[in-house]
Amino acid sequence: MTGITLFGLTGALVIGLGVFGLVARHHLVHRVLAFNLIGSGIFLLFGALASRSPNGTDPVPQALVITGIVVALAATALAVTLITRFAEASGRTHLPDDSEDGDGAV
Amino acid sequence: MALSDWLAPDMAWAAFSVIVPLAAALLSLPLARHARYIALPAALLGLIVACASAAQVWLHGAVLLAAGGWAPPLGIVLRLDGLAAAFLVLTAAISTAVAWYALPQFAARGASESRSGFAFWPLLFFLWAGLNALLVSNDLFNLYVALELIGLTAVALVALDGKPAVIAAALRYLLFALFGSLAYLLGVVLLYAQYATLDMTLLRHVAQADFATLLAAALMTAGLLAKTALVPLHAWLPPAHAGAPAPASALLSALVVKGSFYVVIRLWFDVLPNQAGAAFTTLLGTLGALAILYGSALAFRQNRLKPIIAYSTVAQLGYLFLVFPLAGGAGEAQPWGAAAWSGGMFHALSHGLAKAAMFLAAGTLIQAVGHDRIDGLDGIARSMPIAAFAFGLAAISLMGLPPSGGFTAKYLLLTAALAAGQWGWAIIMIVGGLLAAGYLFRVLNRFLLEGDRSATLQAVPAGGQIIALLLALAAILLGLLSATPYALLQIGRPDAAAGGLS
Amino acid sequence: MSAWLPVLVLSTSLVTAIAIFPLAQARQRLRTGVNLAGALAKLALVAIMLEGVARGEIYETRLALLPGLDFLLRVDALALLFLTLSAVLWLLTTIYAISYLGDSPHLSRFFGFFSLCVAATTGIALSGTLITFFIFYELLTLATWPLVVHRGNAESMAAGSRYLAYTLAGSAVLLIGIVWLESLTGPIEFDRPGQLVGLDPAALQAIFWLLIAGLGVKAAIVPLHGWLPSAMVAPAPVSALLHAVAVVKAGAFGIVRIIYDVYGTGLVFELGIGLPLALVASFTIIYGSMRALQQSDIKRRLAYSTVSQVSYIVLGASVFGPFATIGGLVHLVHQGLMKITLFFAAGAFAERMHAYRVTDLAGAGRSMPWTAAAFTIAALGMIGVPPMAGFISKWYLGVGAVQGGFIWVIPVLIGSSLLNAAYFLPVVYRLWFAPASGRADPGSEGPLWLIAPAVITAFAALFAGLLAGLGLSPLGWATMIVTRNYSP
Repeated sequence: MTGITLFGLTGALVIGLGVFGLVARHHLVHRVLAFNLIGSGIFLLFGALASRSPNGTDPVPQALVITGIVVALAATALAVTLITRFAEASGRTHLPDDSEDGDGAV
Repeated sequence: MALSDWLAPDMAWAAFSVIVPLAAALLSLPLARHARYIALPAALLGLIVACASAAQVWLHGAVLLAAGGWAPPLGIVLRLDGLAAAFLVLTAAISTAVAWYALPQFAARGASESRSGFAFWPLLFFLWAGLNALLVSNDLFNLYVALELIGLTAVALVALDGKPAVIAAALRYLLFALFGSLAYLLGVVLLYAQYATLDMTLLRHVAQADFATLLAAALMTAGLLAKTALVPLHAWLPPAHAGAPAPASALLSALVVKGSFYVVIRLWFDVLPNQAGAAFTTLLGTLGALAILYGSALAFRQNRLKPIIAYSTVAQLGYLFLVFPLAGGAGEAQPWGAAAWSGGMFHALSHGLAKAAMFLAAGTLIQAVGHDRIDGLDGIARSMPIAAFAFGLAAISLMGLPPSGGFTAKYLLLTAALAAGQWGWAIIMIVGGLLAAGYLFRVLNRFLLEGDRSATLQAVPAGGQIIALLLALAAILLGLLSATPYALLQIGRPDAAAGGLS
Repeated sequence: MSAWLPVLVLSTSLVTAIAIFPLAQARQRLRTGVNLAGALAKLALVAIMLEGVARGEIYETRLALLPGLDFLLRVDALALLFLTLSAVLWLLTTIYAISYLGDSPHLSRFFGFFSLCVAATTGIALSGTLITFFIFYELLTLATWPLVVHRGNAESMAAGSRYLAYTLAGSAVLLIGIVWLESLTGPIEFDRPGQLVGLDPAALQAIFWLLIAGLGVKAAIVPLHGWLPSAMVAPAPVSALLHAVAVVKAGAFGIVRIIYDVYGTGLVFELGIGLPLALVASFTIIYGSMRALQQSDIKRRLAYSTVSQVSYIVLGASVFGPFATIGGLVHLVHQGLMKITLFFAAGAFAERMHAYRVTDLAGAGRSMPWTAAAFTIAALGMIGVPPMAGFISKWYLGVGAVQGGFIWVIPVLIGSSLLNAAYFLPVVYRLWFAPASGRADPGSEGPLWLIAPAVITAFAALFAGLLAGLGLSPLGWATMIVTRNYSP
């Protein structure tokens, strides 16, 4: 088993772990962590693919992964902010059950 | 410089259309609560840039622009064709209208409103920049970044109000949006692994119909459908769109969900037109049909104004996906080509205008009444005739009645369906129009009931009502003056739009 | 100039509507001025075009909606027949409505939508393509609804919902028919023979019935008529609009267009669809009259009378032969003049002496002689007493039916005339000969502007019959249309 394959398999494993977490856990912070796991797995997979190129390391995936990490950081920051405000306002860490009737605001 | 020089093919209007709103967003961050003073000038500049982009496409055809002069696969290409130009103008028009509408609302009075007053303007312009970046991207990873920018600003817009129920709606939206982005990203990675490029033009030439490609496309599509709120992935939309402040609801329902739909269209019609297969197009069409019926049925059962409009969005988005089974087909008798594809795009444009108008009109009504239960709207047409009229005009377009952009869209989709002998889709569209009439006239009935409520209403500036009316009139005019937007959409139209997916 | 005439005549009503909507309730004089200026300008334009079309000119304005799909306004002789009727009646109904409504609430909204309805009717008359027709047909539905629910009470709202349920379902069916046809042929332009050559006859038959069903809702063909009697809750000028000027006429006019200008009589004959339509129309004529006989409410009686009378137009279109066609077309005008007189009068009776039921009318001839006289003239015309307008229509229909071999139409015409007499003569009797005893409020004639429109339309109906031989009478014009366009 080459190193590249190992990276690829690890990436897939991390994605799977994230998806499991997303399904199994309902605590909002856990869910955000699960999304981060999925994202990291995808980046790992991408990195592994980058080194597969015949003429040396492909720079494009590296550039994209860096961009992706920045985006994931922003998403996580927003999510954590919202969760904090939600917990402060409602005292809860889980989303309430679906209520289809939205609360109207102006 | 003469006007024709400004519109020459080498002018980078595609890039400007991203740069201008982005600059406005970055500028409004340090300006904080003074950002509202630059909002309208910046929005007008963005509108001018969008019109210039459309004029450039109109004069010279589709424009490709290699960012920084680097050719793909290493560099990134921006593409401006008729479809992109039409959506650029739509985005600019609605964003400008919303900015204008929101000026008095987010004037940052008092402590309780300061946070939303501060956050609204950068969010508006970041959203606009993200949408424009999405429209002109010809690169799948660029699209990912644009989608994330749109998704995160949209979630933040929902949460502006700060009430727990609304934050819960925003969080649920965020979960769907993140799932959608990651599924899309995984698909992008798989495609890159296969073909070592993410440029959409290059991909079209090399893409195969093998398992890895189809898996990647399926992941990307599933992610995008979650962001577009196609049934059964719609659960997040009604609370989010109903809970956001009215100007934000207008942006979300009119533009944000269209952004991810636009990527689905680009993906299948521009990149993978020969990989779709009849089963897949039928599946998308069926989900669209379900959305029309289910969204309408639920809109009927709501007793609050904004949830009715939000469920109407769920239903209206369904029409867009009828494009997939209907594209191509017969239709030699028609003097126009690509009826289904053009009809779908017309629907996206006119729904954008009409839905923005409706949310803004609803916003003024709710502001006056103080709540959004429809039983509080009895006889409101007497005190607020402009808002009521704007709501009615927007409703006409949503029902697909002439003369309106919604009717032109329906006519094109119906001719495509019947020319191909696909009666099922045609019946769905007709029934959908009648259902829309049902739930919208249920509201309009209230407006015309007898009684005078002007004593109990709060005073609302007429400006907001007039903006809603202008947007609704634009939705109507789109149907009367449809020849020009139709011709614009045809510039750089993908071959599959006329030939169909296979 | 002549290319702009159709747009100008459309905009007389449209601009009037747009100008009236924003006016404040108190701007009574300005609103009246704008309204009358619009109506008079329209009449002037119509007069110019009447002269031109009589010389053989045709006015056209074209705008492309999509490549090959045109928005076309076209003034030909048939268009002008309907246009002239609606322009004249718009002016009179406006005058009547101004005094009828007085200073009741929402007047700008009322007159705005009223003008919009007339604009839609104008558009229907001038439509040169099927899609243009459909656009204005739907605009008419939408612009009429606020008028039907104008009073805003629960009863009006229910009637409005019923109206929408019927008309929107009808136009959905109409749209399917139009799109199905155009998906086979491309866009349809009226008066362009040969567009339907070589199509599958079964499909053409199915499309024909879809189109007729869609149009039949507005034309109130049984069993699609249910909205019309319940819409009677609207104010009297709205009833006049529904029954005489705009809505039912739009349906009947559409059927005429479909038969003559889309299918053509030859194809209708080949497909064998004329006879079933004539049967449906005949059934409607008899059924409407019988239901009218059962009503004790004046306006409901008139409503069922409309159901019956409008189908004369449909009957004339579906029975072949020039005379029947002339009879149907001329009835479009005659029925409009007579029915609007009846509604003007019924509205005045309701307003001035609170008479809503037939029995309430006893002695009205003495307290309101002018109104009662107008009602009587129109009722006699409806029955078809010679030489009134209704007689001319029925005579031509009868002759045409015999010519076309539809002998069975004669008993239908006679039977319906007897029924007309049976439900109109008792009303006329009560007006003039029944004692007014027991009535708390004998009533009195209203202001001049409430009386004059009914008297004018009554005399117009009378002269349309008496002077039918003149070239510019409705009959003369209908004859010109048929000799020019539809004679085999």
